[in-house]
Amino acid sequence: MSADVTAQPVPLRQRFTEGLDAPICLTWELTYACNLACVHCLSSSGRRDPKELTAAEARHVVDELADMKVFYVNIGGGEPMLRPDFFDLIGYAVDHKVGVKFSTNGTRMTAERARRLAAMDYVDVQISIDGALASTNDAVRGGGSFAAARTAMDHLASANFGQFKISVVVTRENVTQLDELSAIAQSYGAQLRLTRFRPSGRGAETWEALHPTSEQQRMLYHWLVERPDVLTGDSFFHLSALGQPLDGLNLCGAGRVVCLIDPVGDVYACPFVIDKEFLAGNVRHDGGFAGVWRRSDLFRSLRQPQSAGACASCGSYDACQGGCMAAKFFTGIPLDGPDPECVFGHGEEALAARDGGATPTVRIGHSKVDRAGTPIPVPTPVRFRTPARA
Amino acid sequence: MSVVEERASQAAPGFDPEQAWRVHPQIALRDESFGALAYHFGTRRLMFLKSRALVELVSSLEDYESAQAAIDALVPESERSTYRRALARLAASEVIDVR
Repeated sequence: MSADVTAQPVPLRQRFTEGLDAPICLTWELTYACNLACVHCLSSSGRRDPKELTAAEARHVVDELADMKVFYVNIGGGEPMLRPDFFDLIGYAVDHKVGVKFSTNGTRMTAERARRLAAMDYVDVQISIDGALASTNDAVRGGGSFAAARTAMDHLASANFGQFKISVVVTRENVTQLDELSAIAQSYGAQLRLTRFRPSGRGAETWEALHPTSEQQRMLYHWLVERPDVLTGDSFFHLSALGQPLDGLNLCGAGRVVCLIDPVGDVYACPFVIDKEFLAGNVRHDGGFAGVWRRSDLFRSLRQPQSAGACASCGSYDACQGGCMAAKFFTGIPLDGPDPECVFGHGEEALAARDGGATPTVRIGHSKVDRAGTPIPVPTPVRFRTPARA
Repeated sequence: MSVVEERASQAAPGFDPEQAWRVHPQIALRDESFGALAYHFGTRRLMFLKSRALVELVSSLEDYESAQAAIDALVPESERSTYRRALARLAASEVIDVR
């Protein structure tokens, strides 16, 4: 992956943990609006936020990313294709040499839109499904969502889009379908991408029931080691403590080499920690995105050496780096404690040792609400409307 | 985080230092204290150039009639074989190509 020339006085991984002048890549959620209500949604999406960045403000963010030489953005939401200026904005980004990788539930992927995407350079598409079977998927993503995603894949294939990605959040229910998921990807010439179920957003409410068991995690690790062509977005680095490290940087890049811009312009350390504890600033003030990235107190502190805490005496700390900050935070484990899914079981001990009520409640949410104003976290039947204009 | 998401198709073209080379037109380089980040917009692959001297060499290829001429001009004799190997790896991952 890299062209080594001479031994470095400072290892590259340390350079990254000390932070770079600009992120290597970042996630940008364009809207909190979503026509699905997945039970694990990291951003508790559903309702558009009236304060979302305007088209002009969003273009200004692209200008900044281009100036900072951020090579590409991972665009998500909510459902990014619900934004009326979606195509204008991604066109503007690629025209400015900021590549776009976007995640969609596929419900708004018409044949015409697929052709439009196929004609664009530097745009990658990820269609999300959370099971190889409609029943497994729809239990998480809502009735009809599997069929809609498959239709979107068919449209991309018919449009000769090329290699798109099929993105799966690994759950206790779908971890037994990895081979079948791989076969679906193969049938389209697509790449399979697996990511970790995190207890963030609405996932905080469903994580206990849906995150893979420790036995399943071991199986997943070996499955991934044997399939280096499966993409993981570096999300399973906590499993690297099991032996040979998984492909990737194997570090927590939050605030160091990655971050999140949310739909209202708030900048968080990573896509999995939408909580005021991890809010670094806003692109509308605080000197724009560059100002937040370079000068926020939060990011500066994340770039300082971190304490290994409870994991200091573990021989595998170098491999897993104590795991995922977000997974710890939302399960109420101290940030210098073990990952809740620590492969040696220290996470389970830490979870058992929590005092009741230690888990932070999710304070920032855009879940759809019922008439009484109570968020509806359960999957609702999917309604499909014909897009007004492609 | 999605850093090493993409893999190049491993069709590694040979590296002939006597030919004229350049930074591949689909490569974007971003200078960093450790060297540079290189992103290939075609293969969607992110790579690291782990020294400033290598970045200097790669960026200067275009000014010389051959890669070897660039190496001879910019790299101390004792390190030339190391840099030739580094360029061969960069050619294999399409960071540089024959112009």
